[in-house]
Amino acid sequence: MILLELFFGFLKVGCFAFGGAYGSIALIRDIVLSYGWLDEEMLTYMIAVSESTPGPIMVNLATYVGSSQAGLSGSLIATAAVVLPSFLIILLVTALLKTVLKNPYVQAVLRGLKPCMAGIVLATGFYMILKNGFVLQEQVLSLRPLLLTLLLGAFYFGMRKIRKGGISPILLICLSALAGVVVYGL
Amino acid sequence: MLDLFLTFAKIGMFTFGGGYAMIALITDLCVEKKHWISQDELMDITVIAESTPGPIAINCATYIGYKQKGFAGALLTTLGIVLPSFCIIFLISRFLDRFLEIAWIAHAFQGIKIAVGILILDAALKMLKKMPAKALPRMIAACAFIAMLAISIFSLRISSIVLLLTAGLVSLAVFLFGKPAEGGAK
Repeated sequence: MILLELFFGFLKVGCFAFGGAYGSIALIRDIVLSYGWLDEEMLTYMIAVSESTPGPIMVNLATYVGSSQAGLSGSLIATAAVVLPSFLIILLVTALLKTVLKNPYVQAVLRGLKPCMAGIVLATGFYMILKNGFVLQEQVLSLRPLLLTLLLGAFYFGMRKIRKGGISPILLICLSALAGVVVYGL
Repeated sequence: MLDLFLTFAKIGMFTFGGGYAMIALITDLCVEKKHWISQDELMDITVIAESTPGPIAINCATYIGYKQKGFAGALLTTLGIVLPSFCIIFLISRFLDRFLEIAWIAHAFQGIKIAVGILILDAALKMLKKMPAKALPRMIAACAFIAMLAISIFSLRISSIVLLLTAGLVSLAVFLFGKPAEGGAK
């Protein structure tokens, strides 16, 4: 029964997908290939599509695989299954959070986790800008991504100085899509 | 209630490239505009979200929804954040075989990728600003930054969970073994 298989397959993904989207891709790959839902090439293509559409990659992949295997009901079931574990865990954590957070040992651990998290996020942002903005093409720095990076960066951070609060992240994403079409289309 | 749903649908619509970019959107909408949670609380959830399975976006949505309106709220926000990408992926999987080969979509995505890097950087800077200006957190953040950057550049298969775990342990150790020294001075 394909629907049942999809449900349990993606429930497994949802339960064990620690450490963000890229950690979960390996897990999804294992499960999707072992059930024989997709071949390697199709999976690579789906990962690329999931990355270039909004929403968490894991959820996008679940929807995509579910839909390709069993249409609308398949995609609904796969998506629900992948979201369910984290939904339940967070409900549980939230209910316990108030008492647990007051514990001095937990607080000591959190004091270490927070700066670590900030460092990780900083590195991720830094790396993404490095990777997407400074592209080498035949050993020459290509101009378009660099131009786009400088333009968008200057605009986003510059607007803070001009207008209180600056521009919203949503506006930046819309503008960047538009700028991408213009800059790369020319 | 409707506000919760619509806000998270908006976040779901514009979350490209994994959970960290979404931190910038949540900061903008839920912390600065609607005051549903504080920046400090967001930091707590981000850490918890990273240490529990599931995409950060889903975890944050569930938490904020639960905090505002209990179980029904959690259900609505989670649904809200999943719905846009579900619809988009479902349509793509049904009707667009060669989605990534459409030139202007590829170009727009090139632009978006750069914006996502900027947003992640911005989220990290906000986190660092909130950090207590002491030696230990600064050191942890710097180490995490260097380690994560090395992991990304050399594409090592080390999960960010390992870094978080180490940071938590270091901080706990300092708390446990640093205390007698202070206590002795009393």
